Amino acid sequence: MSETILEIKQLTKYFPGIKALDGVHLTVRTGEVHALIGENGAGKSTLVKILTGVYTLTSGEVLLDGKPLVCRNALEAQACGIAAIHQEASMFPELSVTENIYMGHHIIHPKTKRVDWATMRKETQTLLDSLELEIDCNTLVKNLGVAQRHMVEIAKALSLNARIVIMDEPTSALSLREVEDLYKIVRKLKDDGKAIIFISHKFDEIFEICDYFTILRDGRYIGEGLVKESSVDAMVNMMVGRSLDQMYPKKEVKIGRPVLEVQQLAQTGYFQDVSFTLHAGEILGFFGLIGAGRSEVMRTLFGIDSRSHGTVLLDGKEIHIRKPSEAMGYGIAFVPEDRQSQGVILEMSIAKNITLPQIDALSRYGITHKKRELEVTETFGEKMEIRAAGWHVDADTLSGGNQQKVVLAKWIATNPRILILDEPTKGIDVATKAAVHQFVSEMAAEGMAVLLISSELPEVLGMSDRIIVMHEGALTAEFSRDEATSDSVIKAATGHTAGNGGEQ
Amino acid sequence: MQQADRQPKQELVNISRLIDENSLKEKLILLFTKWEVLLGILLVFEFILFSNLSPYFLDYFNLMNSTFNFMEKAIMALPMIYIIMSGDIDISIASIIALSSFAMGYAASMGMDVAGIILIGLAAGTLAGMFNGFFVTILKMPAIAVTLATQSLFRGVSQAVLGDQAYTEYPKSMAFLGQGYVGDTLIPFELVIFLFLAAVMGFILHKTRYGRKLYAIGSSREAARFAGINVSRIRFINFTLMGLFCGIAAVLLTSRIGSTRPNIALGWDMEVITLVVLGGVSISGGKGNLFGVIMAIFLLGYLKFGMGLINLSAKVMVITTGLLLVIAVLLPGFLDGVKARRKLKSQQMASTL
Repeated sequence: MSETILEIKQLTKYFPGIKALDGVHLTVRTGEVHALIGENGAGKSTLVKILTGVYTLTSGEVLLDGKPLVCRNALEAQACGIAAIHQEASMFPELSVTENIYMGHHIIHPKTKRVDWATMRKETQTLLDSLELEIDCNTLVKNLGVAQRHMVEIAKALSLNARIVIMDEPTSALSLREVEDLYKIVRKLKDDGKAIIFISHKFDEIFEICDYFTILRDGRYIGEGLVKESSVDAMVNMMVGRSLDQMYPKKEVKIGRPVLEVQQLAQTGYFQDVSFTLHAGEILGFFGLIGAGRSEVMRTLFGIDSRSHGTVLLDGKEIHIRKPSEAMGYGIAFVPEDRQSQGVILEMSIAKNITLPQIDALSRYGITHKKRELEVTETFGEKMEIRAAGWHVDADTLSGGNQQKVVLAKWIATNPRILILDEPTKGIDVATKAAVHQFVSEMAAEGMAVLLISSELPEVLGMSDRIIVMHEGALTAEFSRDEATSDSVIKAATGHTAGNGGEQ
Repeated sequence: MQQADRQPKQELVNISRLIDENSLKEKLILLFTKWEVLLGILLVFEFILFSNLSPYFLDYFNLMNSTFNFMEKAIMALPMIYIIMSGDIDISIASIIALSSFAMGYAASMGMDVAGIILIGLAAGTLAGMFNGFFVTILKMPAIAVTLATQSLFRGVSQAVLGDQAYTEYPKSMAFLGQGYVGDTLIPFELVIFLFLAAVMGFILHKTRYGRKLYAIGSSREAARFAGINVSRIRFINFTLMGLFCGIAAVLLTSRIGSTRPNIALGWDMEVITLVVLGGVSISGGKGNLFGVIMAIFLLGYLKFGMGLINLSAKVMVITTGLLLVIAVLLPGFLDGVKARRKLKSQQMASTL
C-alpha cells in the first residue's frame, strides 16, 4: 500500500443554523483515485472548500504528511500542493491559456526582473503536450469548449506541482468521448503518484476509475472501502440511507387530457424545434447535460426569455406568454434552478417570500394585508413542513432544503395547473429530497401537470412518467417510464442517438 | 432508518432557537444594534453637545427656522430611498432642479401666473425623471451611466440659455411656498410639506404591495422577476417619482431664494444620496427604512446649523459627514457579522452539551 498523504479526522464545520460537516474522516494515499461519494448537500463541497482554504474548520484535524494543514486561502492551499478543479471551471475567459495557468504565480525572469512570458508559454505548451491536449497555449480561454477548459484546469494544477488534485464532478458537462479523455489523464496522474480526490455520484464513473471510496451523508461520515470490493447497491444504501422506493415515491397516476402543447418552440442560439405534450397528472422528465437548453426552454415557457419561433397551446388554445405574470395568470408556476438568486429572496422573511408571487391578490387597495398573508403562509408553509423558528425569520437563516421548501410553498400557493421544476433537489439534504419527491408525486396524483428538469439521472428515472432527453438545444429522444434505462438515456443525452426507444 | 435520519434535523431546529429572541436581553441587543436607533441616539447627543456649546441652539424659533436650509434636500431624499432601495442610483437630481427651476423662470418671464409656474416646474421635473427612466428600463442602460449623462444634459440646458444671467422676476405671492409659515405659528410651510410627503412615501414603502416589491427588487432583481413582478415598470415609476419630487423641491427652492441661476442646487445630488445612505439604506439595495433616513436628515441638518452657530468652518462639516458615512457603510456589515458569530458560538456550545 502506498503512503498516506492526507488524513482528516473528526472534521466538523458549522454554519449559522446548520451543521455542514459532523465528525468526518477521510484518508487519502498517493497514487490513489479516491471517490468522495454523497448526494447533493452531503457536505462534499464544504469539505473541498476547507481543504482549499475557502472555509476554516470548526473543529477536528486535517493532516498533510502527518502535519496539521494550515491554509487560509487558495494560494496557500496551492503552496501546500492541493489544487481543486471545480464543477464549473472558474477561469478568466478573456485571457490566454498561458495567462490562466500562471495566474498568481507568474515566472519572473531572474535577470530582467520582468514577467517571463517566453518561458511560461514554453512550459505551458510542454504541459499541454504531455497531457496530449491539442490546445495552443496562446488560445483565449473563451474560445475553448467546456471539456478543454477542464483539461486546462488540470494542467494548471499540475503546473503548481499539486500532489493532491481534487476534481469536483468533473464529468457533469462532458460528452462521452471527453469523459474518456479525462479518464486517460486521471490514470496518468495516478501513475505519477498523485493523489486524486474524485467527487461524483455517478457509479459508472466510480467503478471505472476509482480505487477507494468514502461516503458522506448529511455531513456525516458513513463508511469507506475498496471500490472493487463493493457494489452499487451497497454504495447507494450507504449514500442514501434508504431504499430507492422510499427515495422516489412515484405514485401510479391515471394520465389525463393534454394540458400544454408545445410546438416547434425555438430560441435562436439556445434551442430549436422543441415539441412536446404535457398531460394532467403527468410528470414529464427532462434530462440532458449542463447547457443542453432545458432551462432555457422552461424560461421561455414562463415568459422570462422571449421565443423566436413556435407556438404554445394551453387546453388546445394558443397562448402568448410575454412575461412571468402572464404565465402565472395561465396557472403556470416555475421553481427555478438557482434557488439562491432566482428562487428565494434571502433578505426577506419566509412569509414575505411565500406571498410574493400573489402579493397583488393578497393586498386590498394596494395595501398589504398581514392577516391574509399569514393565513397563506401557514397553510402552505405547514403543508411543505418548513422547519424554522417562525414565519418572520429571514430566508437566509434557513438550510438549503428549507429554502427550497419555501420556494415550493410560494409556487404551490398560487394554485398552479402546471408546475415547472428546474433541478428541484439540487444541493439539499436527503431527507428534504425525499420529502420534495413525495410532495411532487402527490401533487401529480391530484392532477397537476409537472415538468421535471434534473441532471440527476436516478431522479428523472425514478420520478417521471415519460422522459425527454435534450442535447445541444434539440430533443434527441423520448422514453416511456418502462423503456428508460440509465444507459439509453445517457447515450441520448451525450449525442449518441439511441437506437432503441427513440421515438422522435 | 428513517427515524435515524430525522433525529439530527430536529436537533438543528432546537439549536437555532437557542438564542431566545423574546428575552429582554436579546430584544435590547436587537434594538440598539438597529442603525436608525443609533442615529436617534446620535441626534440626542448632538442636541446636548450644541446646547452646551451655544446658547442659541436650543431655541424653538432657531430650530424651526434652520429647517429651511435642508427641507428641499429632505424631500428629494424620499424618492431616492425608492431608487436606492431597488438597486438603482440617480445622480442627475441636482440638474433636474436646475432644469425645473429654469423652466419656471422662463414661464415667469413669459408672464405666467403662480399656478402655471408651479405646474411647469413640476412637469419639467417629472419629464426629466421619465427621460432617465426610459433609458434605464426600456433601453436597459445602467442607471449610473444614464444619470451621469443627464446630469450634464439637464443643467446644460439652463447654462446654455442663461449663461451668467439669472431669472429673478417671480410673482410676489410665490414666495410663500418656500419662505412662509403655517398660519401664525413659527412652523415653516416647507417642513409641513416634507412631513406630509414623508408620511405618504413611508406608508407606500412599508405598508403597500408597491413597497414590498421595492424590497424584493432591491434584494434580488432576478428573483423578483421570477416571482412575476414587473421590475421594469416599478423602476420606471421610481425614476418618474424622483423627477416629480425634484420638481417639488425646485418649486420650493426657487420660491425661497427667489431666483434661478444655472448653478442652482449644485452638488445636491451627492448630499441627497448621503442622507439616504447615512439613513441606513443599503447602497446595494433591499435594506433600510424611512425612519432611518428621517433621522439622518435631521442629524445632518442640525449638525450643519450647530456648527454654523459655533463658527466651525465648512471643512469640518464635510469631514464629519464623511466620517459618519464611512461608519454608516461599515457598521451594518459589522453588526451582521457579530450577530452571526454569536449565533454560531451558542450553536457550538449547544452541540458540545
